[in-house]
Amino acid sequence: MIKIDNLKKSFGYFLAVDGITFNVGAGEVLGFLGPNGAGKSTTMKMISGFIKPTSGAITICGHDVLKNPVAAKELIGYLPEGAPAYADMTPLQYLRFIAEIRGFKGAEQQQRIDAVIEQLELQSVIHRPIDNLSKGFKRRVGIAQAILHDPQVLILDEPTDGLDPNQKHQVRELIRSLSRDKIVIISTHILEEVTAVCTRAIIIAGGRVLADATPSELEARSRYHGAVTLQLHDTPELEKQLAAITGVASVEVSRDNSSRYTLLPEAGTDIFNAVSDTVHQHGWQVDELFVERGHLDDVFRSLTNQHNMAEVA
Amino acid sequence: MQKAGIIFKRELGGYFATPLAYVFIVIFLMLTAVFTFYLGGFYERRQADLMPFFQFHPWLYLFLIPAISMRLWAEERKSGTLELLLTLPVSLKDAVIGKFMAAWVFAGIALLLTFPIWLTVNYLGDPDNGVILAGYLGSWLMAGTFLAIGSCMSAATSNQVIAFIFTVVVCFLFVVAGFPLVLDAFRDWAPLGLLDAVAGLSFLAHFESISKGVLDLRDVMYFIIMIAAWLLATAVVIDMKKAD
Repeated sequence: MIKIDNLKKSFGYFLAVDGITFNVGAGEVLGFLGPNGAGKSTTMKMISGFIKPTSGAITICGHDVLKNPVAAKELIGYLPEGAPAYADMTPLQYLRFIAEIRGFKGAEQQQRIDAVIEQLELQSVIHRPIDNLSKGFKRRVGIAQAILHDPQVLILDEPTDGLDPNQKHQVRELIRSLSRDKIVIISTHILEEVTAVCTRAIIIAGGRVLADATPSELEARSRYHGAVTLQLHDTPELEKQLAAITGVASVEVSRDNSSRYTLLPEAGTDIFNAVSDTVHQHGWQVDELFVERGHLDDVFRSLTNQHNMAEVA
Repeated sequence: MQKAGIIFKRELGGYFATPLAYVFIVIFLMLTAVFTFYLGGFYERRQADLMPFFQFHPWLYLFLIPAISMRLWAEERKSGTLELLLTLPVSLKDAVIGKFMAAWVFAGIALLLTFPIWLTVNYLGDPDNGVILAGYLGSWLMAGTFLAIGSCMSAATSNQVIAFIFTVVVCFLFVVAGFPLVLDAFRDWAPLGLLDAVAGLSFLAHFESISKGVLDLRDVMYFIIMIAAWLLATAVVIDMKKAD
């Protein structure tokens, strides 16, 4: 259990984190979302014990990060932004160093190192200096380092940055498989990642929490939530007829495909049945028909823009 | 302390993983030889001691030691590994001591590799090996003090060149603290006690008496306290400047 209470951090006059409060329990995968400079990394740096908050408290499984930093750090696996590592070492030497620092010896040390090398598929590079590795491998070495001691709390700052789609998928699978009884906090600005791995998302901007909900709850805030998209053969006056269906607030025509329409519902109405009935009545030939869950990027944009507006005003 | 040992091991290995260690050792050995035989007049003096060898060490260290110490923390800060190191379950104290000890032991290895000169002087004459041993100890302690100053300067910046220059300047002031160059700045206004205190900070005075074989506890303590104080300053600087 991580408890974060009214966390603040200022750098000079600049308030990077402005009173963040939340708790995370075991089994949760928390996604930290926000525009660049929102305070995501600063918050993670404070949770991991690298920098001290200006005020507020952080407790990790009962250990106060400020009062008992070493005990808290033992429970945490942390991948800093950019996955820094000692460049003159090979992954094997590096992981051995981390394992020693984490207090593993002998056979257990070897076994843990072998396990993470296999999990992150580092076999082919373990004897090459980290300096010479590709960005993707460097990132995977960083993740290997973070999960080596099977931590109770895993904090990953942009874990999939610089990975190709296959590797991204792999890392997400890994996070999902780790998260059963653990606490995972990841920061990202890739929204699909939140839907793919997170059980909960916190959107922050300007150092404040703007939203704290499950990904599907966030999607529900989208104006596309419950919208029906359908693709059908061109029929005259189609747009008008679609707009006339009860419950439909407006119709959008897809920009790259003129026979694809998205029908936005009036707030709180379910339009799928009405749409499907209309289609049947007119005997339109439909290629595709589905209900939208909502667009996360849409919600993200409207939340963070509102915040910017408020800032300016 | 056990964790300081692990960091020490990694750091020391790091020196030898890059050409830095070998370049440093070769240049150090070449320069000590040049200074001893040409400038020091090792043969011309016709005395079986290593005075011409030791007397140039403060000046040699002035430029060579900052080259080791400049990367201690500046590189960690620049590459981001500082964040990694300080979020591992190690105390800042362990990290500072581990890294410093690795640099100090490395300087000690370079110093030990000057042993042919000791063999030479023993072959040519009958020197007092106790004095020579004291000279080596004094030289190593002085190297440690230079390194501790360098560690603090390196912690203050992510730019190794700046760390190098500041270390040279601060070490230079300490080396010449007993000379008019520094003392004149205090002479007009400072009380005599302060003037003596400043003169007493000079590396040269403490090192010279040790290298003559006078192993006074006060001289040894001087270097040890200097090292401890500068390492403490290193820890404070890192703690203050972590975020930038």
